[in-house]
Amino acid sequence: MEIALAILIGMFFAVSIYLLLSRAIIRMLLGISIFGNAVNLLIFTAGRLTKETPPIVPMGEEILLEPFANPLPQALILTAIVIGFALFTFLLVLGYRAYQELDADDTDTMRIAEPERAPRPPLTY
Amino acid sequence: MIFGTDLTIALIAIAPFLASFLAPFIFRFSGYFAGWILAIIPASIFIYLLGFIKPVSEGGFIQSSLEWIPQYNLNFSFFIDGLSLSFALLISGIGTFIVIYSGKYLKGHPDQGKFLAYILMFMGSMLGLVLADNLVVLFIFWELTSITSFLLIGFDHKRQASRRAAIQALVVTGAGGLALLVGVIILQQLLGNWEFSAIRNYSDYLQSLNIYPLVLILISIAAFTKSAQFPFHFWLPNAMEAPTPVSAFLHSATMVKAGVYLLARMNPLLGASDLWFIILTIFGSVTLLWGAIWALKQTDMKLMLAQTTVASLGLLVILIGVGTEIAISAMVIYLVAHALYKAGLFLLVGIIDHGTGTRNITELAGLKKFLPISFIAAIIGAISMAGLPPAIGFFAKEEMYLALMRFDIDAILIISVLILGNSFMLVVGAAIATKPFLGEIKPTPLKPHEGNLALLSGPILFGILALAAGIFISDFGKLFVNPTASTIYNYLVENHLKWYIGMFFKPLILFSIITWIIGAILFYRLENIRSFLRRLDDGFNWDFDKGFDAIIFSLIRFADFLTRLWHHGRLELYMVVVFILLAASVLIPLTLTGAIPSISATIPYLTFYEWGVIIMAALGLFALLIARTRLVAIVSMGIQGFAVALIFMLFGAPDLAFTQFMVEILTVVILALVMSRLYLDRRDNRIFEDVLRDGSIALIGGVGISILLIAIVQNPLDLRLTEFFALTSKPIAHGSNIVNVILVDYRGLDTLGEIAVVMTAGIAVLALIRIRAGGPQMGIGAAKNNKRRNKNKLASKKTSSSSANKRSRKNSTRNININMKQGKAKR
Repeated sequence: MEIALAILIGMFFAVSIYLLLSRAIIRMLLGISIFGNAVNLLIFTAGRLTKETPPIVPMGEEILLEPFANPLPQALILTAIVIGFALFTFLLVLGYRAYQELDADDTDTMRIAEPERAPRPPLTY
Repeated sequence: MIFGTDLTIALIAIAPFLASFLAPFIFRFSGYFAGWILAIIPASIFIYLLGFIKPVSEGGFIQSSLEWIPQYNLNFSFFIDGLSLSFALLISGIGTFIVIYSGKYLKGHPDQGKFLAYILMFMGSMLGLVLADNLVVLFIFWELTSITSFLLIGFDHKRQASRRAAIQALVVTGAGGLALLVGVIILQQLLGNWEFSAIRNYSDYLQSLNIYPLVLILISIAAFTKSAQFPFHFWLPNAMEAPTPVSAFLHSATMVKAGVYLLARMNPLLGASDLWFIILTIFGSVTLLWGAIWALKQTDMKLMLAQTTVASLGLLVILIGVGTEIAISAMVIYLVAHALYKAGLFLLVGIIDHGTGTRNITELAGLKKFLPISFIAAIIGAISMAGLPPAIGFFAKEEMYLALMRFDIDAILIISVLILGNSFMLVVGAAIATKPFLGEIKPTPLKPHEGNLALLSGPILFGILALAAGIFISDFGKLFVNPTASTIYNYLVENHLKWYIGMFFKPLILFSIITWIIGAILFYRLENIRSFLRRLDDGFNWDFDKGFDAIIFSLIRFADFLTRLWHHGRLELYMVVVFILLAASVLIPLTLTGAIPSISATIPYLTFYEWGVIIMAALGLFALLIARTRLVAIVSMGIQGFAVALIFMLFGAPDLAFTQFMVEILTVVILALVMSRLYLDRRDNRIFEDVLRDGSIALIGGVGISILLIAIVQNPLDLRLTEFFALTSKPIAHGSNIVNVILVDYRGLDTLGEIAVVMTAGIAVLALIRIRAGGPQMGIGAAKNNKRRNKNKLASKKTSSSSANKRSRKNSTRNININMKQGKAKR
């Protein structure tokens, strides 16, 4: 069953890379969001899959017995989801404001930081 | 012979650094007296070092070592032998008066505290350099002297000439430093020890190796850059941009001698070979003549002295290259003589500059009446420089001629070079001691006045010492020359220096007489020689300075070219590079290590609802890819997100599923809000070539990740951590939900960091939405913004209110997330 998920994750990556390579900011944002999902699934699957047994110690027990889903990747992913969401909202608003200020969502026309004809460095000390 | 160990030696190198931290504060409290106060440090070092003279002259050798990285046998080890003691005495002794002098010379300068700090830092570096036993420590202090020299030359950093000179010195000496590092590492690899004292006797073994010439060349490059040997000599005259005390201290008496020190130190190990003799005498001779001749061209007295310093350094290198017992003795005497008269003369030029406002020798005359003490000190300095008895310079000259009293072609060539060089230097010394002081008084920018005690104490004392060392030459020889020369020569050098009447009637004196006669003739014709050299110089339109500029500027152009090549400003190309590298870094190691897994063709066993979820995710992705409208794009985003959440749910991760649901809902809502305000092209307007390029990169990347993941899951997983959490979660952390226990207990700080990230993002979003005062005044948006400003007044009100809504919604999301996790943890 890991193989099926591995192929799905490959699809996630392919789609997100394709979107990220676009020149349109909004497509890149969609790409970022999917990229986040892809990475989360990658970590999740790399920690091995276990069906329907969450890592919760049953009532009245002291230790958890096999089989149970690996809790370590889950802890990592939980953090990643929240941070990914924070990043996504920030980027979304950044893109939105850039669109408002520059009237452009094409990265080729957004070149304030790296202008097309940047001045040459001065040949002095 | 080891005399003993003493940890205070390490303190000698460290104390000036400590003092340099205090210097700015001392300056703030005491102003101009800071020079006098701070001079206590070098003075006490000097007095402390005096105590070593007797044991060292009896063949003693004092070591000290602080542990640094014992695994690599690296220690902060220092030692005192004849050579390091002479240098350390010169550095601390001259340094004392330099610090006093600086206090007065830079009086009223707002950065004087900084200046004194730099000077002391330099002094510490230089002392560390000459005392270091460990070769890595030697290298570190070597580089520190380059850096402090950079700071001091560039002290007046508002002038371009100053900045240029500082960069030039740093580049040239820094390049030499790298050569030193490589040389030192090779030495350690060959001889297996970082301590110089442990490897100094392996010269026979080292010189039989094929790699010996390389080591010799590397060490020579280091020494030649530092000691301004041809063809690296050009930085030293430019370094005269520094304030005069710096020129006197660093660029005549101490730092430029570091290269000479290195050669002298390495002489037992690398010296006495033919290659050593050839390299050192040839480069030394060219440097000596070059420096001595161009000294006559200058009219700025500081530059005259700087050029003769280049010449003197060449002379010292020749003597080390010759390397006989007498040549080494001559080198030691000349080293001390030169340090004393050159520092003194530099300081006197500073006094003249300070007192009259100019240091151009053609504009100065008749100052004898106004600066009588300076005049006397200058005469003594010039006597030593000219090598006249009874000053110490006389013996330096006698010894170097004595060393070459041989009738072979090498000796005759070298002695001719020495005679010429010495007579040119005599001219410069005589010119500086007489021209500004004698004759009719000329008008100067300032009313001429004599320096005070702080300024004059150095030159007077150096002059007295130069005379005293000459008069008491026999004791000087016993206490300083012999121990130092013995260390360099690596055999005991016997004393033979003394005064006797017969010495003026031996054939040896003829060489001195020839030197004086040539010097006198040249001095008489100085004006003609100067104008001839000026015309000669004008005839060439290339010099080493221009060459240096050309190298630096081509470096800048190259850097510019590289920057433009990599930072072209096209974001999608950056992304292309990133993802090609991602694909390559996944696929290439997999292929090279043969780790590509074999994939069986059987359909994996999954239940129908699991298949359903996977297909749903795939469909969502596909729909997103071909979405033509915003609505379809947002809905398909949602579909894949929910599919991911369901996968988490199915495979035993309910916490992830809940969070993912929550985040996915918010993402869709916010996306819908923002997207409805963006007026976007409906289609993905990539041209076909781009689709092909991006599509293949994406495909290769995706396939690569799939293969990687399949390869990973076919290998066993280390579950020790998981087992640890499963076993301890309840008994130790008192939580049943292990994921939550990890988050809030075992990795609680991570969660704190995560919350901080979310908060920062929230603040940044807030700032982005709030800051819109008129938009950019320049750049792409400016013109449009001005046009639209009036039109958009109403619209902006609307957007700000809606963004406020969004903000509050997001805040509540954050709270939900955090509450959710903490709530679960308490379960």
